[in-house]
Amino acid sequence: MLTSAVRGIARRSFSTSKWAAAQQMTVRDALNSALDEEMERDERVFLLGEEVAMYDGAYKVSRGLWKKYGDKRVIDTPITEIGFAGVAVGAAMAGLRPICEFMTFNFSMQAIDHVINSAAKTFYMSAGMINIPMVFRGPNGAAAGVAAQHSQCYGAWYSHCPGLKVVSPYNSEDAKGLLKAAIRDPDPVVVLENELLYGVQYPMSDEALSKDFVLPIGKAKIERTGNHVTIVAHSMAVQNALEGANELAGQGIEAEVINLRSLRPLDINTIIQSVTKTHHLITVEQGWPHCGIGAEVAARIMESEAFYHLDAPVVRLASVDCPLPYTKSLEAASLPQTPDVVNTVKKILGVAQ
Amino acid sequence: MIPNCIRSIGSQTSKRNYGSWSKAVSFLLNKNNYATEASFETKPFRLHKLDSGPSTQVSVTKEDALKYYKQLHTIRRIETAAGNLYKEKIIRGFCHLYSGQEACAVGMTAVLRPQDSVITAYRVHGWTYLMGVSPLGVLAELTGRQSGNARGKGGSMHMYAKNFYGGNGIVGAQVPLGVGVAFAAKYQNTGGVCLALYGDGAANQGQIFEAYNIAKLWDIPCIFVCENNGYGMGTSADRAAASTDYYTRGDYVPGIWVDGMDVLAVREATRYAIDHCTSGKGPIVLETATYRYSGHSMSDPGTSYRTREEIQEVRQTRDPITSFKERILNSNLVAADELKKLEAEVRKEVDDAVKIAKTDKEIPMSELTTDIYSAPLEKEVRNVTPFNPLPHGRLGPAINL
Repeated sequence: MLTSAVRGIARRSFSTSKWAAAQQMTVRDALNSALDEEMERDERVFLLGEEVAMYDGAYKVSRGLWKKYGDKRVIDTPITEIGFAGVAVGAAMAGLRPICEFMTFNFSMQAIDHVINSAAKTFYMSAGMINIPMVFRGPNGAAAGVAAQHSQCYGAWYSHCPGLKVVSPYNSEDAKGLLKAAIRDPDPVVVLENELLYGVQYPMSDEALSKDFVLPIGKAKIERTGNHVTIVAHSMAVQNALEGANELAGQGIEAEVINLRSLRPLDINTIIQSVTKTHHLITVEQGWPHCGIGAEVAARIMESEAFYHLDAPVVRLASVDCPLPYTKSLEAASLPQTPDVVNTVKKILGVAQ
Repeated sequence: MIPNCIRSIGSQTSKRNYGSWSKAVSFLLNKNNYATEASFETKPFRLHKLDSGPSTQVSVTKEDALKYYKQLHTIRRIETAAGNLYKEKIIRGFCHLYSGQEACAVGMTAVLRPQDSVITAYRVHGWTYLMGVSPLGVLAELTGRQSGNARGKGGSMHMYAKNFYGGNGIVGAQVPLGVGVAFAAKYQNTGGVCLALYGDGAANQGQIFEAYNIAKLWDIPCIFVCENNGYGMGTSADRAAASTDYYTRGDYVPGIWVDGMDVLAVREATRYAIDHCTSGKGPIVLETATYRYSGHSMSDPGTSYRTREEIQEVRQTRDPITSFKERILNSNLVAADELKKLEAEVRKEVDDAVKIAKTDKEIPMSELTTDIYSAPLEKEVRNVTPFNPLPHGRLGPAINL
């Protein structure tokens, strides 16, 4: 499914990438090169987390880095999230640039106090004295067949908190450019990767292959332009949005697909501009609907001029409001799928299904 | 309150149990017949996984004695002033006083080197002063005014200075942070250590044990300091901990128990601990046995879970200031007049600071949205309503840019 999706997307053009001649790269390798390049660039950058060194990373994102940089800079931790996340924040307070890997973000709940209370708030509380230049990263969101405790999107959780910057890359260019930006940023940045996309190949432009390639945090990307409806998504849901847009195009409906890339700051201006043009908006995410990213987008649109340009209510596509089941058929039914995107667009456009 | 206390102690000198101190040895008498240095015997240290500990024979120069006395006395004065400001409702929210525990912080800072760092919990006023912030910086932070150490934005629990990382309000969270600060010292080869302080209540927190493990595993130069004041809020140590030998609770991490009411003992134990860490032996635990006179915070009268007699007893027999004063006077190291003069200076400095802290302005409204990020990516921050967003300002130095 993923491979065919990639093929499907590749047939359509990316707005900024010279995809045709571009090299393909997996999201995993894109993240790996971001880590490698930034560690090479800045001696203060180091990686710590469970299995990041000798094991090459639980998901092989840090493959080869321990061999290259050694024990000092690629550090296996005990399975004690609050301990090593706290150590990482402390190291950042004292001038280092830690990259703290959570094997998955589900385990970051053990350490959320350090992400929120220690990392996000100290700069403000110290009246701008102690900033925390660090990255919390790891796979986020629903994986496949791992049941409720290992299948959750933390986009809404972390982007709720001022003091944090939160990015949620979709493809390889996103992953590399946003992770590099996060490592260079002097504030704490949460990088929400997607486990199911690690092994997927996406085109990398020449620009993206460069060591200087950095994407701006806080800017969304228009993946596909269109005049009839705006589809806002992040992470793996961008895939559903693009597939849906593809299918709709065959029926004469041109959807504009916005890949948020960044959840905090949220690039609401790009969405407003799009909605002003399309007059219709849906959001797609794999997180829960309640207080989710879609809810935030909808509220922000409602509070903006764009509200007056809407011809239909904003609709959120999100995970079913329940813990994710292990049962294969139920798991699929709990997440928004491409047909959900297509049907919702048709519904708000008043087109026969 | 304090003068009363000192008077009552003065009248009961004979009751005091200073038996474990040897008679002061004075030497190098100067022209006024005052000593320039004196030595004393401390209570024995208790050791965990250590072959030998610090020497119980400690000496102090006149210069240092006056410095420590001034620091001890200033902290007590600041805390007394803070307690009064709280009762006057000028300090809001939390206010955790350090009175009774002064010798811990003064003893430790006495041997800190420029490359060493400190992080502590929320009982932070005294530490902030010792790490270089003026009494006004502390008191104005407490009153939430612009001369405050964090411009009044942090309040009682959140104060900072060079090499001093707060001021942390979540019980136990500062301990892994402190290991991280020490990790950075090792990574950058500064030769520095970090003192990570926590109370007997926090000592039972899970993350303390995660931090011990990581610190020992990676040989991080962190000194874990358990300031055992006997009570975690209103729960006495033995009602919260299966083992109250906090200096042994690091298991594989060596530890020392020290009389936290004796500034010189704390100083020696800290000196020993710094040597331990910097010689590559990794972390060490220091338990300072101390006592807090006030309640846990100002909302706690501190008498439902302990008796007034207990507090009186400690004040009269173990007070860290009067006992030190007694020592340096009896050993002819300092003259009563000198101390009196010092006390008057401290009193004036703190009284002046209180006046400014009361009348100083609060920071302007523009700082509501200042320094949320060191590198803000959005120009504006949402206001209560979306209609009039606020500009994101930048003011602080952001030491880690």
